[in-house]
Amino acid sequence: MNAIAPLLQVNDLKKHFPIHGGFFGGTTGYVYAVDGVSFEIMRGETLSLVGESGCGKSTVGKALLRLFSITGGQVILGGTRIDDMPSGTLRPLRRRMQVVFQDPFSSLNPRLRVRDILAEPIRNFGLAKDAADLEARVAGLMDKVRLPRDAVNRWPHEFSGGQRQRIGIARALAAEPDLIICDEAVSALDVSVKAQIVNLLQDLQKELGLAMLFISHDLAIVEHMTHRVAVMYLGKIVEVAPKRSLFAAPKHPYTEALLSAVPVPEPGAARERIILKGDVPSPINPPKGCRFHTRCPYAFDRCRTEEPALRPVADAMGEGHIAACHLHDRPAAENPLAGSKGASLLAVG
Amino acid sequence: MALPGPQDGQPLLSVENLQTHFRTPDGVNRAVDGVSFHVNAGETLAIVGESGCGKSVTAMSILRLIPEPPGKIAGAIRLNGKNLLECSDREMRQIRGNDISMIFQEPMTSLNPVLTVGRQIGETLRLHQGMSAKQAEDRAVEMLNLVGIPEAKRRVREYPHQLSGGMRQRVMIAIALACNPKLLIADEPTTALDVTIQAQILELMRDLKHRVGAAIVLITHDLGVVAEVAERVVVMYAGKKVEEAAIGPLFRSPRHPYTQGLLGSMPKLGSSLTGHETRLAEIPGLVPSLKAKIPGCVFASRCPHATDLCRAVAPALEEKAPGHVAACHYAPREGAMAA
Ligand SMILES: Nc1ncnc2c1ncn2[C@@H]1O[C@H](COP(=O)(O)OP(=O)(O)O)[C@@H](O)[C@H]1O
Ligand SMILES: Nc1ncnc2c1ncn2[C@@H]1O[C@H](COP(=O)(O)OP(=O)(O)O)[C@@H](O)[C@H]1O
Ligand code: SF4
Ligand code: SF4
Ligand SMILES: [Mg+2]
Ligand SMILES: [Mg+2]
Repeated sequence: MNAIAPLLQVNDLKKHFPIHGGFFGGTTGYVYAVDGVSFEIMRGETLSLVGESGCGKSTVGKALLRLFSITGGQVILGGTRIDDMPSGTLRPLRRRMQVVFQDPFSSLNPRLRVRDILAEPIRNFGLAKDAADLEARVAGLMDKVRLPRDAVNRWPHEFSGGQRQRIGIARALAAEPDLIICDEAVSALDVSVKAQIVNLLQDLQKELGLAMLFISHDLAIVEHMTHRVAVMYLGKIVEVAPKRSLFAAPKHPYTEALLSAVPVPEPGAARERIILKGDVPSPINPPKGCRFHTRCPYAFDRCRTEEPALRPVADAMGEGHIAACHLHDRPAAENPLAGSKGASLLAVG
Repeated sequence: MALPGPQDGQPLLSVENLQTHFRTPDGVNRAVDGVSFHVNAGETLAIVGESGCGKSVTAMSILRLIPEPPGKIAGAIRLNGKNLLECSDREMRQIRGNDISMIFQEPMTSLNPVLTVGRQIGETLRLHQGMSAKQAEDRAVEMLNLVGIPEAKRRVREYPHQLSGGMRQRVMIAIALACNPKLLIADEPTTALDVTIQAQILELMRDLKHRVGAAIVLITHDLGVVAEVAERVVVMYAGKKVEEAAIGPLFRSPRHPYTQGLLGSMPKLGSSLTGHETRLAEIPGLVPSLKAKIPGCVFASRCPHATDLCRAVAPALEEKAPGHVAACHYAPREGAMAA
């Protein structure tokens, strides 16, 4: 395989959930949860997917995992298209992509001891040579997530939230994946425990060369964890950039507003504030033109009729910055996003 | 024990050695265990701490909304000098409607789904202030305008389910402020909201503080939110107050190892710009069970500086600098802090 080909490539992914109702229970409309999303992840790379609740982040994750069929687009893992593959053939590829969910409790089978929770994927994918190898692998997984080996005999309910998340991570690693999807994996944890799990994920990623799709609404954690960031709004990606570029020089008005809205633990920090008006519109009936125009502080006539394409934008920080906003067609003097506003939005000197 | 006292006269609210314990099948849960603080008129005090440290139980104790049994409240809670723990249920209902009101994390559970927004605001006013239906509706519209709900005249006729999460929280704030309370207790008011909506609500709270003048007790687990709206902070850990200070000193020179640990374990927004991309500091281990009596310092099992003294003797709350108290044997006093 080509060394620089992406591990995962997603092209124009769509997932529209039908809404049933009406007199005959037929389809009366669609939730345009994910509506044409493209990105790629390299080996060993972390790409974060950020955006407010309901923008389609989890739906992207679930579509990659084939938890449901997709409405359109392609998912290519290690050069092989997997979205249209029959489940039989898919099995060995399924192993390569694992998931850690937000709530470790509901995702761990309460009737299995930790040993069996971890042994299940090892058996399923035929990874162990014999019983001794299986036991050694289980013990190795406990070491990796820094849980005591003798805890394998305990039940999920005997663990705290942070420890259960460690078990969830160990189970994902059991399959020896190339890519882990973390869907709000640290969001429900208390601050002091969150730091433990964030550090663990970072260590494991370096140690095992894992690629990660890190889905989160917490921008400070994302900045800490990630290589690149993709920002979603109402089922679309509106901006993608390497981390430093995104935080130093956001090129989409929505990203700018998100950055300025994160509360920082520095009283009296002098900071540029952008307070968006109103709420996110419904994904059943997304606004025409630019989907962000109903809340965008810079919206102009063109935004209400013509949808902006996601395309490369000029960024003094470097390459690989794309955004979907008409402002970038204007001369720099008339484009409020032309400079690097990150530092004033984030109150860093 | 030297607590920072009010400048002129008595504080609006003073909580003295509050102990709220719950009897459970496997022992007594010391949810709040000897907590004292005060709130001055018009001031915003934040209570911050991780889940289970006793923040909500403290709030519910102030309002006397703790089920007794299994709960039992001891100590004193004085509102303008009057001990609420000695009030009759009738008096408490009056106080809850008029003097103190509360907003919760999830407005949907505290709003009545079958009443219009206008009725719910109006109900409080008619009950507690004897307004006519017409007066109450006018005031409801006025309140919705105040909390920034567009088209207030139309919105008063809508039901909670027709509103977004952010709008519902605004309605809750409108209901809470309708009777001009002296004290508003807000328990995680923005935790369930997205950041852009949280920013709207925090701005609304800051703005209302100037316009309405009610004192606010803001309960949150988010130190960022504290820094944005509070003037003073109480840090709780395992049912105890471990530190209290004005926000400036608390964030700039936290004295208690737990507060230091909390701030160190938070990633700093903008770290990729400043190059301070350090590994997050971890607070090892877990919060101790509240059901076993802890002989020494409650934080000793996780504290990097713990000694035998800490494990044997509980540290008293001491004033380490003017208005800055901490419960730690080794927390430096003023002047002794490294910059
Ligand atoms: N199974 C489903 N059926 C119908 N709508 C769904 C389903 N799952 C998610 N949605 C809708 O799709 C949108 C995107 O949801 P989701 O991907 O969970 O967002 P996020 O993870 O960003 O919060 C939301 O409007 C949500 O209500
Ligand atoms: N009605 C109750 N009965 C028994 N225990 C309770 C009750 N309410 C709260 N607790 C316990 O009190 C402790 C503090 O809870 P709480 O004040 O809700 O914490 P938080 O700081 O997250 O708001 C927890 O251990 C909780 O389980
Ligand atoms: S295209 Fe127009 S509405 Fe959309 S983000 Fe850019 S300026 Fe705002
Ligand atoms: S008293 Fe001891 S254990 Fe407690 S916080 Fe201070 S140094 Fe740590
Ligand atoms: Mg989600
Ligand atoms: Mg609570």
